[in-house]
Amino acid sequence: MKDAMTAVTKMTYREAIRSALREALRTDSRVFLMGEDVGRYGGAFAVSHGLLEEFGPERIRDTPLSESAFVGAGIGAALGGMRPIVEVMTVNFSLLALDQVVNNAAALRHMSGGQFSVPLVVRMATGGARQMAAQHSHTLEGWYAHIPGIKVLTPATVPDAKFMLLAALREPDPVFIFEHATLYSMEGETDDSAPPLDFTKAAVRRQGSEVSLITYGALLWKTLEAADELKKAGIDAEVIDLRCLRPLDIETILSSVSKTHRAVVIDEAWRTGSFAAEVSAQIMEGAFDDLDAPVARVCSAEVPMPYAKHLEDATLPQVSTIVEAAKRLF
Amino acid sequence: MAKFVMPTLGADMTEGKLLAWRKKVGDFVHRGDIIADVETDKANIEVEVFATGVIETLVLEPGQKVPVGTLMAIIRQEGEPAGAEEIPEAAPAKKAVCEKVTAPPAPIPTAPPAPRPEGERIRISPAARKAAEELGIDPAAVTGTGPGGRITLEDVQRSATAKAAPVAKPEAVPAKPEATPAGITADRYARMRQVIADAMARSKREIPHYYLSTTIDMTRALDWLTEQNTKRPIEQRLLYGVLLVKAVALALHEVPELNSTWINGLVVKSPNVNVGMAISLRQGGLIAPALLKADSQSVDELMTNFLDLVKRARAGSLRSSELSDSTITVTSLGDQGVETVFGIIYPPQVALVGFGKVTERPWCVGGQTVSRRVISASLSGDHRVTDGHRGGVFLAAVDRLLQSPEKL
Amino acid sequence: MVNLEADLTPGESYTQPTREHALELLHGMLRIRRFEEKAAEVYSLGKIRGFLHLYIGEEAVAVGAMQAIGPDDAVVATYREHGHALTRGIPASVLMAEMYGKVTGCSRGHGGSMHFFDASRRFYGGYAIVGGGIPIAVGLALADKMLNQRRVTACFFGDGAVAEGEFHESMNLAALWKLPVLFLCENNLYAMGTALERYQSQTDISLKARSYNVTSMAVDGMDVLASERAARQAAETVRETGAPFLLEFRTYRFRAHSMSDPDLYRTKEEIEKWKQRDPISTFEHRLRDRGLLTDSDLSRIESEVALEITEAVEFAEAGEFEPVEDLLNDVCTPRPVQPNVSGR
Repeated sequence: MKDAMTAVTKMTYREAIRSALREALRTDSRVFLMGEDVGRYGGAFAVSHGLLEEFGPERIRDTPLSESAFVGAGIGAALGGMRPIVEVMTVNFSLLALDQVVNNAAALRHMSGGQFSVPLVVRMATGGARQMAAQHSHTLEGWYAHIPGIKVLTPATVPDAKFMLLAALREPDPVFIFEHATLYSMEGETDDSAPPLDFTKAAVRRQGSEVSLITYGALLWKTLEAADELKKAGIDAEVIDLRCLRPLDIETILSSVSKTHRAVVIDEAWRTGSFAAEVSAQIMEGAFDDLDAPVARVCSAEVPMPYAKHLEDATLPQVSTIVEAAKRLF
Repeated sequence: MAKFVMPTLGADMTEGKLLAWRKKVGDFVHRGDIIADVETDKANIEVEVFATGVIETLVLEPGQKVPVGTLMAIIRQEGEPAGAEEIPEAAPAKKAVCEKVTAPPAPIPTAPPAPRPEGERIRISPAARKAAEELGIDPAAVTGTGPGGRITLEDVQRSATAKAAPVAKPEAVPAKPEATPAGITADRYARMRQVIADAMARSKREIPHYYLSTTIDMTRALDWLTEQNTKRPIEQRLLYGVLLVKAVALALHEVPELNSTWINGLVVKSPNVNVGMAISLRQGGLIAPALLKADSQSVDELMTNFLDLVKRARAGSLRSSELSDSTITVTSLGDQGVETVFGIIYPPQVALVGFGKVTERPWCVGGQTVSRRVISASLSGDHRVTDGHRGGVFLAAVDRLLQSPEKL
Repeated sequence: MVNLEADLTPGESYTQPTREHALELLHGMLRIRRFEEKAAEVYSLGKIRGFLHLYIGEEAVAVGAMQAIGPDDAVVATYREHGHALTRGIPASVLMAEMYGKVTGCSRGHGGSMHFFDASRRFYGGYAIVGGGIPIAVGLALADKMLNQRRVTACFFGDGAVAEGEFHESMNLAALWKLPVLFLCENNLYAMGTALERYQSQTDISLKARSYNVTSMAVDGMDVLASERAARQAAETVRETGAPFLLEFRTYRFRAHSMSDPDLYRTKEEIEKWKQRDPISTFEHRLRDRGLLTDSDLSRIESEVALEITEAVEFAEAGEFEPVEDLLNDVCTPRPVQPNVSGR
């Protein structure tokens, strides 16, 4: 509901995305949404609920189960002058479209000698923690962040869910937005009068002086909880929400580490070759002399995500494991 | 003339073997005709000729394996159509550009780190920090030569070598029991010995030493000392060693070249006189920390500082400036009964002064033979920097100064 | 829905072309042939590196098909796209320079033989992944439809691509959403080294369109006039109905799959048999028979082509390489953002 006096509105993460979709569809006729079940079904995560009724089947397109074709078509449509938003239901299914992403979307500009831009936005639900088991729980943002030519966003808050999508639609190059599946019902506030934060910048969500806890996506919330726990234990933690994995805002990270001298990177992906490993390497490169301890990582255990709850919990980063990892640095 | 060369038929093909010629000398060939069979790593390929004309020479024999681009045959072209021209050789300039292009791109600079609060943090590598701890060196005083002034392992090691000196035993401090040097592990000792060994070997290898010695009458100095010590409480009593040090320090004002450092062929006169005092450690190994600005200290101050140095040397808590900043070393082996010291200079210093034991010797004064307490003073000099004449002037000055101990 | 079987014997069925047009077609095919021969030559001298896929033998397809594609239409092709690029009007010089890796190439040396692009001519590449360009063609057609642009997206691909999932997904999507894609399958009977009958349970490619409710036709790809006629017919249908069309060209490549291919999977006899149906020499004969081509015509065309190719090589040789300092330009579009103008 909107506060009558200000532009601040309470809404859920999914409503924030929907609000951005609506605004984009209304203000730019080149924008359209396509993906599986985005129309009649209202979206697998109910993000596009009501949009088909409002904008019609030309603008809200239900696709067949053809990830490669409809992501590729998104690329073609972007080349042809549209501003498509492709919804890949989850990152798990995006693997079927990786050829189009890596070999076309990311490469077309450079490969053509700068002749073409691909202003495509792809949104995907990501992550585990809902007992969806091995094939429906992946965190692959790091794989996407590996590829030159695209941008990778990981909104963790309600305002970011809204404003990042709108900002992405102004980008001339492909933008991949990862929405953690557990965030959709999270409540928050958006403020339409506040200037949106440049989406390539990381945000310090909590100031601290003794250790930098660096994370992205849904784990922001567990990390903030961990910071509270650490405070009780006498450790003053700073929490950084990366918000954008590619390009990475290394300046904010280094600035924090130069102050705290200790860092923990929290990433839901498997530890080996995780994005956390990249952040760790960049901290080592840029803040070697500021470190009083090696950079720690809290990641998922190296196992295909198990179904049973206790096993899933043991696999994923938790508040306790984040706290432990931070404490070990002292 | 058209050249037919071993073609490249794939990105990884570097050489090919001619299996057979399909044509012979004198045959007329058309552009596109198969002229030979060539074997590559992957398969046998039929190779076409790109010129039209008569085969003049077949350069290669079947069975020969040659690198791609090697001349295989020459074709004499007759009235060929314009399209069958030879491809021009790439100009060398372009080739250079091509090679430049294939060089790996410059590394992308990462964003510079945010500025740190001033004076708070030392830039020191983990390896260096560990070594400094083990060698008892305070990082705060080590000069870093790594990127951005970072202290590297080498910097710490260099700092450690500066403290070693040739053979010595501690100046006797009878009042003090020999304390077990704190924090010196066997590991550290071994490292120390290695550092000394390296330094000494290098010194002998690189420095052309010359040696001068003289015998100094210590009567006046020792008498003055005795008189002074009656006026002092025990803990403030002076040892004759500080008189030697002060005399050396002042004598260096007269021959400042001996107070220089030699680095890569450059002689740099040191602004201060920091006299390194050789102190041996309980478990063996040497340390020669400097009495800084010895020339401007009173003998009392020198004494206090000397005692403090010994204490801290044995406790392993010397400051690195004390270890690295000696401009000259004094070693006194009188306690061992040594008469004369022929010491090895400690680079980058250019001189070492040695003193032997105080002995009573017959001495001639005014034609009469008397008994005097004398000491042998020797100078080891770096002949690249000074010569015997200057060395002699120096020793004469030390002698002269010790004859007026009250002025030291 | 109708599956028309075109006349597969060399084309009496086409009405007389004008002499001018016939010579144009011949010129176009010869240009491709000589360009490809020269590319092979300079490749063997190491001037072109990586992969090189020659179009020799298939010239009638590109030349014939492109007669039906207008300058406002879009073209998506494969890594065997030299013929299509030349026929589209991209100068031989910038294509040769591209293969030399020079900054004066159509893609600034970033793409090489497999990745020719030309935004001004709506030539959207040059794809090395078999089937990789097909979804993009669907997207271009989707944009045209949504923007009410009445134009066609021509999508060339080989028989091998028909086995890839992307072909099937794209056909289905284009038919379902009724998109103006002209699917042009160049069936040269081999997917790299594997013959059609060894990898397809159903070797009649044009028949597959039926499963997607797409109109299709098969035509003799060695006959430039038949190819042109079929392409015009198909393109007209797409323009009028707005629905996709699959046109299968039955053709053959005389050279191996690429310069590195030892061609062990075909017999010499088979190749010779197809060479008897060389699209260029058979067309020449037909034109001569009809009095549309004289010796001097042919030698004029050959000289013009030869000059064009010589100049192309000179241009390529003379070109500079992109400075290494510019390596990272064009990975992303520089910010601030420029509005994406349609049809740029």
